[in-house]
Amino acid sequence: MSVLDIAKGMGVTLGHLFKRPVTVRYPEQPVDVKPRFRGRHHLLRHPSGLEKCIGCSLCAAACPAYAIYVEAAENDPDDPVSPGERYASIYEINMLRCIFCGMCEEACPTGAIVLGHEFELADFVYQDFTYGKDDMLVGVMGSKWQRREATQKGRDVRVGLSSGPRPELEGVDY
Amino acid sequence: MGLRDLFERDVQELEQEGILFSTLGKLVAWGRSNSLWPATFGLACCAIEMMQSTNARNDLARFGSEVFRASPRQADVMIVAGRLSKKMAPVMRRVYEQMPDPKWVISMGACASSGGMFNNYAIVQNVNSVVPVDIYVPGCPPRPEALVYAVMQLQKKVRGEAFDQRGVELPMVEGWAR
Repeated sequence: MSVLDIAKGMGVTLGHLFKRPVTVRYPEQPVDVKPRFRGRHHLLRHPSGLEKCIGCSLCAAACPAYAIYVEAAENDPDDPVSPGERYASIYEINMLRCIFCGMCEEACPTGAIVLGHEFELADFVYQDFTYGKDDMLVGVMGSKWQRREATQKGRDVRVGLSSGPRPELEGVDY
Repeated sequence: MGLRDLFERDVQELEQEGILFSTLGKLVAWGRSNSLWPATFGLACCAIEMMQSTNARNDLARFGSEVFRASPRQADVMIVAGRLSKKMAPVMRRVYEQMPDPKWVISMGACASSGGMFNNYAIVQNVNSVVPVDIYVPGCPPRPEALVYAVMQLQKKVRGEAFDQRGVELPMVEGWAR
């Protein structure tokens, strides 16, 4: 190994000094998430405003971690919640049990549950990880903690990601 | 009050007026929150994402927690990354006991936090039954950015800005009374 080799190696180091840094400045700038990334679930609605979920529990049956709990109820014909006979009166997912495999999405006959792109789900207490319908329906942005903090500080929820379009996620806008 | 007066006064006097343990406590918490050194405790695939979070792309050093210490005696926070088998549980408890006292635990991933899909006799179903967990990170495995977010959450807890769903403020360190 000669002095020339050392100079060559140091040259590579010197070259990197003048390149753009590869670091994603995450909390300040949004993370670029790939369209097929699977994050927090969204419960979608039809364009008419009715919920797509019909409370069939197929997602709960397909879930390998048994993280989903669905309780169905009969629709009121005058004021239906979903277009079918029944709707999900309780829809809960334990986000800590969930392994984000997307099998619920595959099993769903109406395309009601789709895994979105949100990943900022870290929280402090185990009991706060049960996400209900009001945490997952379209229009709700951010994790439980993000919404809690936004309410306390009186500002909007800021989700630190940007992503390409995905046709399954209709109505969800990041 | 000038700095000179502050130094000339008695410690007990300052303590009574709440200067020593509120103002100084905030400063110490700020210092602690910006130098959280993790102990190396990778158990499974989550450890790969944990390593990824320290590299150049997701630079965890921006938050002062890039130095993964091989010795628990130099660490502040234990990142339990991966499923914890019941054989490993006493070992992890021992590593936790060896860490010096202001210490925190991040439970990373579904398996460490709740057992995930491994609902069987070999896996500890929640790491909280072995060590007191401060932050849970869902995901299988979580993205490196999700771990970065969890470290930011832990910084909030260390600074005393954390509260739970019912609005109850969480203590900065679980073991102050220990």
